[in-house]
Amino acid sequence: MRNTARRAVQVVCVLTTASLLAACGAGKERPSEDGTAVGVTDTTIKVGAHFPLTGPAAPGYSEIPSGHQAFYEYVNDAGGVHGREIEMVVKDDAYNPTNTSAVTNDMILQDEIFAMVAGLGTPTHRAVVQRLNDDGIPDLFVSSGSLQWGDDPGTSPMTFGWQTDYEIEGKVIGQYVKENMPDAKVGLFLQDDDFGEDGEKGARQFLDAQIVDVQKYTPGGSTDFSPQMSSFKSKGVDLVIGFNTPSYTALSQIAAQGVGFKSKWFYSNVGSDPALVGGLLASMTKGKIPAEQGVKLMDGMMTTEYLSGVDAPDDEWVKLWQKVWDAYSKKGSEKLTNYRIYGMAQAYTLVQALQANGKNLTRESIVETIEKDGASFEGPGLAPFRYSADSHMGISGMSVVEIKNGASEPLTPVLVTDIGDAPIEEDDSAASDAPPSSGLPE
Amino acid sequence: MQQFLDTTLGGLVLGAVYAAFALALCLIWRSTRIVNFAQAAMAMVTTYIALSLINADVPYWVAFLAAIAAGFGLGALIERVIIRPVEGKAELNAVILTLGLFMVLHGLTAITFGVQHRGFPAPVSTNAISVGDTSIGITPFGILTIVVVALVMAGLVVLFRFTDLGLRMRAAAFNGEVSRLLGVRVGRMLTLGWALAAAVGAVAGMLIAGGDLMNPAFMDPFVIYGFIAAVLGGLDSPLGSVIGGLILGLSLSYVTGYVGEHLAPLVALGILMVVLLVRPSGLFAAAAARRV
Amino acid sequence: MERLRSLLRPVTSVPLARHLIVALIAFVVAMAVIGSSSQYLQTRYAEMAYFAIAAGGLTLLTGLSGQLSLGHGALMAVGAYAATLVLERTGGETLADVFVALLVAITVCAAVGVVVGVPAARLHGPYIAGATLTLAVAVPRLANQWDVLGGEQGLQVSVPRATELPARIQDLVWFFTAVEIDQYSFLAYLGWLLLAITFVALANLSRSRIGRRWRAVRDDDVSAELAGIHLGRARVVAFTVSAMAAGLAGGLMAMNVRLTAPGAFTITLSLTLLAAVVLGGLGSLTGALIGAGVLAFLPHFATDLGESAGLSATQAAEVTPVVYGLVLMLVILLAPAGIVGSLRSFLARSSLTSSLTSFLGQTKEKTP
Repeated sequence: MRNTARRAVQVVCVLTTASLLAACGAGKERPSEDGTAVGVTDTTIKVGAHFPLTGPAAPGYSEIPSGHQAFYEYVNDAGGVHGREIEMVVKDDAYNPTNTSAVTNDMILQDEIFAMVAGLGTPTHRAVVQRLNDDGIPDLFVSSGSLQWGDDPGTSPMTFGWQTDYEIEGKVIGQYVKENMPDAKVGLFLQDDDFGEDGEKGARQFLDAQIVDVQKYTPGGSTDFSPQMSSFKSKGVDLVIGFNTPSYTALSQIAAQGVGFKSKWFYSNVGSDPALVGGLLASMTKGKIPAEQGVKLMDGMMTTEYLSGVDAPDDEWVKLWQKVWDAYSKKGSEKLTNYRIYGMAQAYTLVQALQANGKNLTRESIVETIEKDGASFEGPGLAPFRYSADSHMGISGMSVVEIKNGASEPLTPVLVTDIGDAPIEEDDSAASDAPPSSGLPE
Repeated sequence: MQQFLDTTLGGLVLGAVYAAFALALCLIWRSTRIVNFAQAAMAMVTTYIALSLINADVPYWVAFLAAIAAGFGLGALIERVIIRPVEGKAELNAVILTLGLFMVLHGLTAITFGVQHRGFPAPVSTNAISVGDTSIGITPFGILTIVVVALVMAGLVVLFRFTDLGLRMRAAAFNGEVSRLLGVRVGRMLTLGWALAAAVGAVAGMLIAGGDLMNPAFMDPFVIYGFIAAVLGGLDSPLGSVIGGLILGLSLSYVTGYVGEHLAPLVALGILMVVLLVRPSGLFAAAAARRV
Repeated sequence: MERLRSLLRPVTSVPLARHLIVALIAFVVAMAVIGSSSQYLQTRYAEMAYFAIAAGGLTLLTGLSGQLSLGHGALMAVGAYAATLVLERTGGETLADVFVALLVAITVCAAVGVVVGVPAARLHGPYIAGATLTLAVAVPRLANQWDVLGGEQGLQVSVPRATELPARIQDLVWFFTAVEIDQYSFLAYLGWLLLAITFVALANLSRSRIGRRWRAVRDDDVSAELAGIHLGRARVVAFTVSAMAAGLAGGLMAMNVRLTAPGAFTITLSLTLLAAVVLGGLGSLTGALIGAGVLAFLPHFATDLGESAGLSATQAAEVTPVVYGLVLMLVILLAPAGIVGSLRSFLARSSLTSSLTSFLGQTKEKTP
């Protein structure tokens, strides 16, 4: 018992030492907020994002940050935005929402980012939206088409969507199928979260009577989809509409072949990149055929498009992306892909918003700027943004395309609409926007 | 009916892979009375070695043999260096040791080969076989899987029943002291047991990865499913392991197909508990009851 | 000093009083440390607290009663989901909501602990390892089966804002630390308060009759049974108590992560807890605390180390599990006579560490 005092002293010592050690290594004092926003100095702006650099959603999506970084370097070399260079912190969350929460905590408290930009994924980003809004941190241009980023600015005033949302994608696909394949027996292949749910909601507006089966998958769960494909087969499905990420496009194709299920396929934009999915398919097939031949396996599949991609090298925007990528890609050997284009297009919108905001940048001012000016931003999107004080939804339309030889052939003009029962209208006006000759937003 | 047939065939192929895995656990149990919780991680390492070779344009079957050879070497090395000190000691020690090994192999593979999901080719077609107009739910690769596991099983039976080496291995495992007196090099036999087990595990890894995406975690479910299949078969009997694997594969396939994928591990746990509490010596063990 | 000791003797000779004093001092120190730390470090301390609670429970089970559990990740999941569902119903806006949620988490886990503990008590060695490992895989997957559990994307967790806490608590924190309480420090204080309470409870339990029985069962189950100890019952009680600790830890984890999703409760979590317990020394609560500190702080150091050694960020993140695995292996290989026994004798042999032994050994008692 005379040890008690000693033990108490020892406990104190251990705790103090541990905290001192930790304080030396990991801790940083938060800067006093004297008028300037966290993460912004006279010469820099620090933004952050979570991406699946590993895990089941990494193929394809892990390339997006390199597009961002190439474009920011291009902008920084041209003098930055109002004299500030853009720096982006990228953290891996492996498409696991718990990890997203942890890395977002690190970015806010340790890296002290000004804003979250392009955080990727419906289930992942959903985990941190409330946190970012509670802390008043701008949460710009989420890399996901879920409705929750923009349909309720009252609850999430700091969050903005960017890409065409899954509900209007579901509507556009639904209307196309109803008009052109009225007899098709439709099976839905859905990611089992808000992503699949939003897509289903849109598709059901038109296809409720045609849908005969709904099958779901869990990202990170089993990679064998034979049970799902067997179910489609037994229900006589002859058109599958998939709201899934790219790896799962490849895996569903493999499983369909494995159970002898033949069908037409319609994949959501986010899961349909021919080069990537074709490459994955090629690597899993018998004898490992070359990746270039893999894209042939995608022939005849339908999908949607709201940005011009690498299959349109003569598009003015694609020329700009190619120029930036050739000059600023970190590893010169890697090719420009649609995912890198996606990243550069998002980066373009951010630069546009920062430019419009003016020199006096705060967390509140950037939100106001996008609400006020965002709808008039001319950019690479085939349809305009819907940003306003009442809506933080992103691009408002897309066209239906068919994949042939790795390229997309349009089946419809650009179709523009909004969530809910807003009508679907043809509108090619934004598709003709061209980039300024400098390649920098003005 | 069609779906039932597809589900059954799918379950048989899955069961064949579990069986191969359970065989590997059984071999190790027979030689050293240890359940190797690092078995899945060892198979994952050898499968990555094969993938690297395949991506370097080495023919598939050469890579297959290389994986087996790598497994053989890895198994022997691990037994000699890491397992030898805990053989015959408190059983908790071996459990924690192999769990530690699982984590180390997992992490080192991720560091060496990256954590990305990568496609793994199959040696034969992964398209369903058609009979007339209707296709049935089994692929040439599925049939190959069943054939390979059957061959491995037959090979082990021949080894243990009909060869002198097999007899010495059994003797060393049955009673080390007596065998040593009779001139059997017991240590070497135990090493051989681990090496053979890891080679069988390597085969299982190749069969699981074929026509699928692989990443360092792709074998993780086998840590538990392989164990359960082996316990179903009594841990001691190669034939029991194979039957245990098939039973588990079919059960899980039906659960996944008709009830829900997410309940599969819970059902597996249920099967395990029933076997352990009701028939502790496994479904097929002829030997005396074991203490679980 | 001698006079002080003799004055204190009546107090310090009663285990409960002694444990309370140590815990109180430790908590006050922890509060001072937390209060003067950055928000980032506060989140780490909060993490350390819930890991320590779970590791403490596991220590009791593995170190004192000799049962292995690789299923404590699953029990944390049960606690996390229970607390989350309660907070969802009550709104999670007051301190009372938080305590109700944690109490429910503990209660539910106690029930689950009995259900799992009864069959587990009949298993040993590799069988209990395999069964509990399966539990660790099976339980989190259930979240995908029922909609109320939110699927893979999980359930969001609401916790009270610091400004909504009772004024008395805000004043108290201000008085002790001279820093205004906020979201981050609130969770860290809460974690360490509950950690102190849990450890006092566990330490007393291990010094009690029940604790002596557990050790008797661990050291020699046959003799224990001959001495009239009901083996099964002793093991089930141990499992239940440790499940309650895991439930509390899970509830706290949910509040800190602010999300409860199956992806948080991987096999790795269960193995990591085991690593913390083995690292700290089986059977020692102080060891569990040190192990939990490693869990909370090592990943960031190890990742930095890996990156400075030229690994990419995603590769560097794998350094941590390698370290945990090596810890498990090295402890076993360098202590071949069995973990518990040899760790003790190793510490006892070494004169340098004998004071450390008595420090670590405060919850360890030789079986009578």
